[in-house]
Amino acid sequence: MYKFKKTLLASTLMVAMSSAQAASPTNEEIWQLLQEMKQQLNEVKQQNEQLKTENQTLKQQVVATQAKAEQANETAEALAVATEEAVKASAAQESKTSIGGYGELHYNNLQNQGSGADKDEIDFHRFVLFFNHEFNDRLRLFSELELEHSISGDGQNGEVELEQAYIQYDFNDKHRVNAGLFLVPVGLLNETHEPNTFYGVERNNVEKNIIPTTWWEGGVMFSGELAPGFSYDAAMTSGLNTSASSDYSVRSGRQKVSEADASDFAYTGRLKWTAIPGVEVATSLQYQEDITQGNDLDAGSAVLWEAHTAIQQGKFGFRALYATWHLEGDGPKSVGADKQMGWYLEPSYKLTDAIGIFTRYSLWDNQAGSSVDSEVRSWDLGVNWWLDPQVVVKFDYQDQDAENENDEFDGFNIGLGYQF
Amino acid sequence: MSNVISGFKVFLLCSVLLLTTTISHARGVYQTNDAFLAEVFNGTLPQSDVVWMKGDVRQTVTDILGHPYAGLRIRYWREGQRSAWILEEIGKEEPITFGVVIDGDRVEQVKVLAYRESRGGEVKYPAFTQQFQNVGLVDNRLDKHIDGITGATLSVRAMTNVVRLALYLDSFISQS
Repeated sequence: MYKFKKTLLASTLMVAMSSAQAASPTNEEIWQLLQEMKQQLNEVKQQNEQLKTENQTLKQQVVATQAKAEQANETAEALAVATEEAVKASAAQESKTSIGGYGELHYNNLQNQGSGADKDEIDFHRFVLFFNHEFNDRLRLFSELELEHSISGDGQNGEVELEQAYIQYDFNDKHRVNAGLFLVPVGLLNETHEPNTFYGVERNNVEKNIIPTTWWEGGVMFSGELAPGFSYDAAMTSGLNTSASSDYSVRSGRQKVSEADASDFAYTGRLKWTAIPGVEVATSLQYQEDITQGNDLDAGSAVLWEAHTAIQQGKFGFRALYATWHLEGDGPKSVGADKQMGWYLEPSYKLTDAIGIFTRYSLWDNQAGSSVDSEVRSWDLGVNWWLDPQVVVKFDYQDQDAENENDEFDGFNIGLGYQF
Repeated sequence: MSNVISGFKVFLLCSVLLLTTTISHARGVYQTNDAFLAEVFNGTLPQSDVVWMKGDVRQTVTDILGHPYAGLRIRYWREGQRSAWILEEIGKEEPITFGVVIDGDRVEQVKVLAYRESRGGEVKYPAFTQQFQNVGLVDNRLDKHIDGITGATLSVRAMTNVVRLALYLDSFISQS
């Protein structure tokens, strides 16, 4: 501003001087000039004031805009937090109770090699729903309700079954207890039998006839970890109730916890080793106090021993299982049912992530103690095609071989299975 | 009958033994999120930032997980080339909490911070999580085969998807 005044003064003087050279200005003229200068100075002052005010307003506007932006940011943050919390809260509410399930449709095209009937049928073998609930961090309910063969009721083929309904309580993060109706800890398929988790349309005959999968009992089971990758289970449950009329077969002894005779109990122990990814090795031992619940004086206690391994390394898979029963008493001995055993070997190979091929050789015998050749041998080979990790289409071909041709079924099976 | 009584005795003894063992922290929490982050950054936490789930990011995240992400943004901590992510994903029925550290464009480590499923707890052991070390992403898929666990396929799948998610988000924040 000061500089500006000086410039003005200088230029005015120069004008005055130049006019002085031309002709000396009169006092009147000098007065006039000074008045004009004063006027100009006032105008400049006013402009300056105006600029100052405008600058101040702009500054204020910038601050206000910044405040607004910060406010908007805080609002967005608050909104995000609130939304996320609301989503989490409703998810937590929903996750208290969870629903899952699985199902499988089977088509069997099997020819009986003896005089028995062929098996040429289509069957929605299983439709299962899981209902689980978390009461608190340490107390949970697991349940599994199953409809077998699509329709149940008088004169129908199917059954509605409760396969699991147990309460689980954690003592701590390593040990827990299950109480209620649960799956017996034996074999590979008994506890994990969703169709997308195994090869072949039907569950293998060794685990079906010897273990006997799917096998649940009522009772108490302690489970936990002894070391990383090394776990135990110890169960005390209801027992089997078989009889001479079924040649003491273990499968026919399943009471399914339906007003089950509980005169005699069963004790099961299992050790499982899973310390290497993709490898499981496990063994189970079970003692039945009386496999006929005291109804048959010619029979008594029984022992089951089972061992298996399941390996999945890259594209290669391998499963092997051996199970054997020993039944006390002259009754079982007289029909050879004092020994009931079976085993299988199942290599598999994944061609892609979605397609896997397998073959299985299995052998089982529910009267292995007799001199009569009663064992059944089976070659199975087939393919699983996973449309999704949880949806699978299966095809397999089976060729069975037995002394009694009525036990032999040859042909193919097609299956569709899902889990969610 | 005497067998039944002796059986009960054994069970009673077992339960008493188990109950008297020291009750540890809440079920399945192996490391708190804060402890994990402190370990990753040697005690000095860098400023955290978020990736908003919008546009292409939201779509890619949905493709990777097979379902939309349940939040509006995902928080991360970054220092130089390293980024740490804490992500939750449901295994079979329950949420599993994972801590994932990415260095450059490869996995430095994966850790199970909390596991609440009744089966498949083996995924938390170093023997299993080591498989993810140095794994990278090609077309949003891991560039290495991961061996599963019998009877815990869904937990393994959740872990694989979370690692894919962390690798993708890390590449996204590195580009932006």
